[in-house]
Order: sequence, then structure tokens, then C-alpha cells
Amino acid sequence: MTTDLVDRITQHKNVSNSRKLTGKGQFALVFRYISLSILFVIAILPIYIMVVNSVKGITGVSQSAAFTIPTHLNFAAWGPTWAILKVPMGRTLFFVVQSSIISAIIGSINGYVFAKWRFKGSSAIFTAFLFGMFIPYQAIMIPLTQFNHWAGIGGTIYVLVVAHVIYGIPICTLIFRNYYAAIPNELIEAGRVDGAGMVRIFRTIFLPLSIPGFVVVLIWQFTSAWNDFLFAIFLTGGAPKLAVATTALNFITGSGNQVYYGNNMTASLIVSIPTLLVYMFLGRYFLRGLLGGALKG
Amino acid sequence: MKRKHVHNPWGGFFFVLPSILAIAVFVYGMIGWTLKLSFSHRTNAWSKDNSFAGLSNYTGLLEDPEFTHAFGNLMKFTVVFMIGTLISGLIMSLLLEKGIKGEGLFRSIYLYPMAISFIAMGTSWRWLMDSAHDDKATGLNMVLRAAHLGILQNDWYSSEKGSMYAMALPAIWQMSGYVMALFLAGFRGIPDDLREAARVDGASETKIYRHILFPQLKPTFLTVLIILGHISMKVFDLIYGIASKSYVTKVLAIYLWQVIFDFQNFAKGSAIAMVILVIIAVVVIPYLRYVNKSEEMK
Repeated sequence: MTTDLVDRITQHKNVSNSRKLTGKGQFALVFRYISLSILFVIAILPIYIMVVNSVKGITGVSQSAAFTIPTHLNFAAWGPTWAILKVPMGRTLFFVVQSSIISAIIGSINGYVFAKWRFKGSSAIFTAFLFGMFIPYQAIMIPLTQFNHWAGIGGTIYVLVVAHVIYGIPICTLIFRNYYAAIPNELIEAGRVDGAGMVRIFRTIFLPLSIPGFVVVLIWQFTSAWNDFLFAIFLTGGAPKLAVATTALNFITGSGNQVYYGNNMTASLIVSIPTLLVYMFLGRYFLRGLLGGALKG
Repeated sequence: MKRKHVHNPWGGFFFVLPSILAIAVFVYGMIGWTLKLSFSHRTNAWSKDNSFAGLSNYTGLLEDPEFTHAFGNLMKFTVVFMIGTLISGLIMSLLLEKGIKGEGLFRSIYLYPMAISFIAMGTSWRWLMDSAHDDKATGLNMVLRAAHLGILQNDWYSSEKGSMYAMALPAIWQMSGYVMALFLAGFRGIPDDLREAARVDGASETKIYRHILFPQLKPTFLTVLIILGHISMKVFDLIYGIASKSYVTKVLAIYLWQVIFDFQNFAKGSAIAMVILVIIAVVVIPYLRYVNKSEEMK
């Protein structure tokens, strides 16, 4: 596994349509663009519907006109929807920031050890960690609830901090391990010659090089915890006082309210905005996280 | 030979020890606990009877029509979702891999669904897959009518027939970009010389893909199948966000949620969780060992 998969993907290939093409080549190029555009329309359709129907007001939304672009912008649905989502989204931000930062710190320490300071049995332990990425969380949910109760955090938002930190260990460790594996061992040797130990080499050599790795892991943990529904619904039981973005959204759009299209679309869009912004501005790091979690390229 | 850092063999262990303990307790310990619950008598909210019930919870599943229904649904969903996502992701990467103007835009649009929660996207998809027909048609049915394909209108996820195939659509939509990215990384890891050499030898483009590029992508195919497979086995939010606990789209994770929360049957819920876990483990453990081995070879 190389760490620059993303560089590979985003590298600029010699773009063939700058060359003069023969008839057959031109046909192939047109075919490619048409196919790409069809896929583009399909990919964008669900978010397009969300966006256009969020600016048609509360009563101006009808299902049969959902594809049409609004004649004028009406943000009437935004106010009441935001009023409901404000508190749950604030709560989500509160726990997501904590869990992401703690996860990144743990991941960087583990990744450093598994990449550069292997001990006897470390690769078996690492594999045992990785299996934790694949398990269905339902298989630990009942004991986890009991643990939370025992630890005195049952009924608080910290249940989600604990869940995302602990079950984030495998993926964060993996991403950092691959990141550090690409840093040459000579740097460690140089540090040792200067009399530095494992901890000082980490602090003075690896940490300063780790910023991109931290961005990747922070984004990864932020996105997955923000979008998580399973832990949220299991561990909070859907309690309103612990509502987070996804559970609040599910409550808004849930059965019985499905006729309020304008509100539902607006609420879904508002909940998606934070992760979409991260994706738009830091997409490269997001992609790195996605591929980093794939083990082999 | 690459030097391994063995000067301080146990220092590293000390630093990862907290994580080792956490994984041991919260992953393996708790799986063990769930396993124990699945062999117990805790089949209702009042029961604290942790005594050994043998395999009764598991054999009970086999006789439970809801379970077999959910299992069958999950298998249908898995087949369509895996094949569909693999093919559409592969097509996206084939269209892009040689490089094309505007590639960055296409790539980021294909990949954005991965950044959005299933619950949010469920709102759009629920509307797109509205089951109303003909004059009342909305969403995709309306599109089909407009394209003079009215005959293809269907109930999507709301009737027994085809519900799981319809449910695979949003899943394919969500994951195709990811598969595209994995394949793009694969394609671009193959040195250009290989293609050039084949071209010089007079091989056609199709032959180049079949005999040179695809064989190089075997590890990528394997990775994609493992990722899609384990996601499919666990699928929950996507279906819950669109159809909630609807019978026709019930899969194991949805049924498990009902058994635990609505029926408070912890023993049976644990048994279902163990079934999902075992199916995943049977595939993933050999895969992890394979990955581990090929890393050691490097």
C-alpha cells in the first residue's frame, strides 16, 4: 500500500483531447463525454432535488413539480427547520470535535508504533485491530450500553464520544500507519545518532511531518461520526434530549411527516451542509481517508 | 535488507497497550458477551436469566419466518448492490482513467454521495422512488412517463416484488464513486510502459484491457468485493432512512433493531448479530491474513 494513491488519482494525465484526433478517436471522445454527463446527471439528481425544493417555501412544494427550478427564491422553510435542528446539530458538533481529536491522537501514536517500532507479535495485533473495522456494531451494542451505564455516562452525549473513539481506533491506526510507513527509516537512524529515543523522535521528527495525516483522520472521523446513525439511535435510544443531527433529522422526516416535502428537503440539506463543506474544501484529504481505509490499492 | 527497528522491542508495545486493551475489551470482549447472550434465556425485557439455553435461540431463527424473510431480502439486495456498484464504478473509472478535460469535476460529483448521511439522502430517494403511477406519478415514475417509457413505471421499494432491487439503487448511487476511486488508483498504478509496449506489439485496446490491465487489478477487485460485501451485510441506515421498518424491505440489521428495541428480546437479537458477524468473519478473516502476508513479503 502506498500512501500517494491520491496523487496517482489526481495527477494530470496527458489529456488526449488536446491532440488532433482522427474520426474514430473523436467519436470515442464524444461517446465518453455523453456517458460521463449521463452519470453526472444521475449522481447529482438527489442533491439537486434537495436544493431546489428547499427554496420553494413551505407551501410552494408539490411532488409533481419537484424537478422544476423555482421561479423565485423563498427561504421560508429554512427558519422553522433550523430552529428544530439548531440544538441537535450543536450537540453533534460538540461530541464530534472531541471524538475526532482524541481519535487522531490515538491513531498517530498507534500508527507510529506499528509502522516504525514493531515488537514481537505486532503484526498479529495489528490484524486483530483491523478486524474491528469490519464487525457489525450490533454485535457489541448490548454490552456497550451496559458498559455505558456502569461507567456512569449512560444518558449523556459522552456515550457517542466513547463509541466513536474506541471503534475508530482501527481505521485511525491504519491511516496513520500507512502514512508513517512512507517516511524513510533513515530519519529515525539520524535521530538515534543524535541520541534521541522513540518518544523524542516522534515529537521532533514525526509530529511536524504529520499535519496532512491529522487532517485526513480528523476529516474521516468528523464525517463518519456526523453521518452516523447506528450508534446514535442505539446508544441514545432516540431520546430527544440526546438528539444529534441524524436522529433529529430522522424524527423530522419520519413517518407521519412525509408530506411536508419542503421542510424535509430543507432539513436534509441543512444536516448535510457541514460534511459537504468539508468535502468541497478538503476533498483531497477525504479521498485519502477513503482509500486509506481500503487496505490495498 | 530493510532494517527493522528492534533496538527497543517493548517500548512500542507500552504505547499501544491502552489501545490493545480497548480493542480486547470493546471488540473481542463484547463480542464474547453478545455470544453468551445469544445462548441465554433473556428473551424478554423482564428476564435476567443468563443461564445456558443451548442453541435454542439459533434454531428459533430458522423457524422464524420474519428472519428467513429478512435473510432472503438481504441476499437479494447484496447480489444486486454488489454487481451494480462494481459495474457502475468500473465504468466510471474506465471513462476517466486515460484522463479527460473536466475529469476533476466528474470525479468529485461521482464521489460526493460518500460524504452525506443515508438519513439525509433517504429523503430525496423516498421521493424519487414514489410508487404513484400514471397521472399521479412523481419522481422516477414521472421521468419514465416523460420519456415515453411509462410501461416501466413500478412500485419501487413499496411492494414485495422487486423491493430489494429498488432499494439497491440508492446504495449503488452512494457507493459507485468509492469504487471508481479505488479502480482509478489501480489503473494509475500500472506503469504506462506496459500499455505502450502492447500497443507497439499491435494489441487492440480491448485486448490491452483484458490481458494486461485487468489482471493487474486483481487485488483491487478483491478489495472492492470485500468492502461492498461487508457494507451490504451490515446495511441499516440506508434502508431505515428510506423505508423505516417496512416489512417488504426488511433486512437482518433492521429486524435485529426491532427484536432488541421493540420486543426487548436480547437473546434473539444477539443471535441475529452473531449470524451477521459470522458471515462477515468467514470472508474477512482470510482476506486480512492474505493482506498481512503480502505486506510481510514487501
